[in-house]
Amino acid sequence: MIRIPCPFCGTRDHSEFSYGGDGSIKYPALDAPMEDWHDAVFQRENICGRQVETWHHVNGCRMWLLVERDTMTHEIHSVRPAHPDMAQALEVTA
Amino acid sequence: MTRFSAWNVFWQGMSGQKGWSRQWRDPEPKPHYDVVIIGGGLHGLATAYYLAKNHGIHNIAVLEKGWIGGGNAGRNTTIVRSNYTQPGNREFYEHSLKLWEELSHELNYNVMFSQRSHITLLHSPGAIDAASRNYNIMRLTGNDDAEIWSLERLKEAAPHLNYDATARFPIMGAAVHKRAGTARHDAVIWGYARAADQLGIDIIQNCEVTGITRDGSRVTGVETSRGRISTYKLGLAVAGSSSRLWSLAGMRHLPIESHKLQAFVSEPLKPLLDQVVVFGMGGAHFYISQSDKGGMVFGGDLDWYKSYAQKGNLPIVQDVAEAAMSVLPCLGRVRLLRHWSGVVDMSMDGSHFISKTPLDNLYLNAGWNYGGFKATPASGTYFADLIANDRPHRVVANHDLKRFERGIQLDERGAGPDPKLHG
Ligand SMILES: Cc1cc2nc3c(=O)[nH]c(=O)nc-3n(C[C@H](O)[C@H](O)[C@H](O)COP(=O)(O)OP(=O)(O)OC[C@H]3O[C@@H](n4cnc5c(N)ncnc54)[C@H](O)[C@@H]3O)c2cc1C
Ligand SMILES: [Zn+2]
Repeated sequence: MIRIPCPFCGTRDHSEFSYGGDGSIKYPALDAPMEDWHDAVFQRENICGRQVETWHHVNGCRMWLLVERDTMTHEIHSVRPAHPDMAQALEVTA
Repeated sequence: MTRFSAWNVFWQGMSGQKGWSRQWRDPEPKPHYDVVIIGGGLHGLATAYYLAKNHGIHNIAVLEKGWIGGGNAGRNTTIVRSNYTQPGNREFYEHSLKLWEELSHELNYNVMFSQRSHITLLHSPGAIDAASRNYNIMRLTGNDDAEIWSLERLKEAAPHLNYDATARFPIMGAAVHKRAGTARHDAVIWGYARAADQLGIDIIQNCEVTGITRDGSRVTGVETSRGRISTYKLGLAVAGSSSRLWSLAGMRHLPIESHKLQAFVSEPLKPLLDQVVVFGMGGAHFYISQSDKGGMVFGGDLDWYKSYAQKGNLPIVQDVAEAAMSVLPCLGRVRLLRHWSGVVDMSMDGSHFISKTPLDNLYLNAGWNYGGFKATPASGTYFADLIANDRPHRVVANHDLKRFERGIQLDERGAGPDPKLHG
């Protein structure tokens, strides 16, 4: 079991979360060229090692998180809210 | 090498089994090959075999970092079927099934292909309608072995399933693919290795590819743990490691994520289940068959997050055990013998790639999700054809890396571009 330290709920089993995917993907502007959309939707670097990914704490606070995790050892390096304003607000209160 | 035949088995039995020779050589790598295939799994070995047999290319090396069959080839649950419906996949898997039916003769090696039927359990009128549509597509395109069974017929064929009317998901019928079944995975690996070796192909084990050298858009060779090897053409068939080899060739992105899939085998039991049975309902997924040794071989969903570790997680063990109990409650007291996992390359639409690449003489065989065992003979045939002729065969014309750019997705489940959903 991977244990994920949720910034809102504390450390929880990964079975409380649902996995999103590669967190480094940024969707382009709606009117961006088709190739940009193709790459964002279909192309993955599929890193073996540390990668940033999205996880949804679906059976907890229901927040989307950005988790930096090693895809070989499953070690978690950092967790922050996916929403940038939320991340900033947490930093201010901390 | 001694051919396998009834006479030879008899004769060796009479003469103390002393006349058998080794099944394939253990050659030193040569400095150059016309074709190098990376990956000594089913797809790499089958490709090398068909390159020699169908295309007359014999100066070939298959490079394997560990031992052949140590990857997914030796980890899968051996289900062979062709009940796919997407154009391209339909023809591909049906051709594969036809090749399976002749494979033991073709390779002079008993791969123990057992066409015991593949039963998909149906639990609602809607599921029966959907399965009828799919199995009618199969019937209209050459599979008269596709049938929809009533509950009565199913009870006769598979009496030990949970037919309780108060089950959470009572069984209402089944979709049955009668020519489907299982084979012995190790035998398939050994059979292809032996047959390829006989055609002059060098199978080089303990040879990890650590670099791919290029001259502009041409591949010139590979760096390996056993030295440099130059080649005219390079084929990648490394299953769960596709993205890693892709980056060794100096490229970054593939429509693939690596995930891990677990499988289980129980202690041997007396004959209990004559078919492959599949249960998929309400988010649960479970499939089971009984091996010739009697072990119940089963599995379910992948681990739900990307991973390169060949080590499964426990929540899936629990899920699979729960599904097992709901389908075959009589398994409750059976002990688990072994449990393992393999890293599979899940693609964005759940279908594979047999494709040219941005590099002139690099070819990619990847994206097998969890269904690449059944694909082996067709995968080898069409990948060899692509490498030999430098153009895709009609059947795999849409199995290229550029299909998404053309707006084509071969998405059997209609799950969309999320690799983990294509189980
Ligand atoms: C648990 C499980 C159950 C499955 N069940 C089924 C099933 O019931 N039916 C079905 O059809 N399919 C099934 N599959 C899928 C099937 O096993 C795979 O799709 C198929 O085996 C992949 O092709 P392969 O045999 O060539 O891969 P592999 O055997 O994995 O071969 C790839 C090889 O490449 C080698 N390699 C990697 N990197 C390097 C390098 N740098 N240098 C040299 N060599 C390298 C690896 O060591 C490996 O041996 C299952 C898979 C798993 C994991
Ligand atoms: Zn939370």
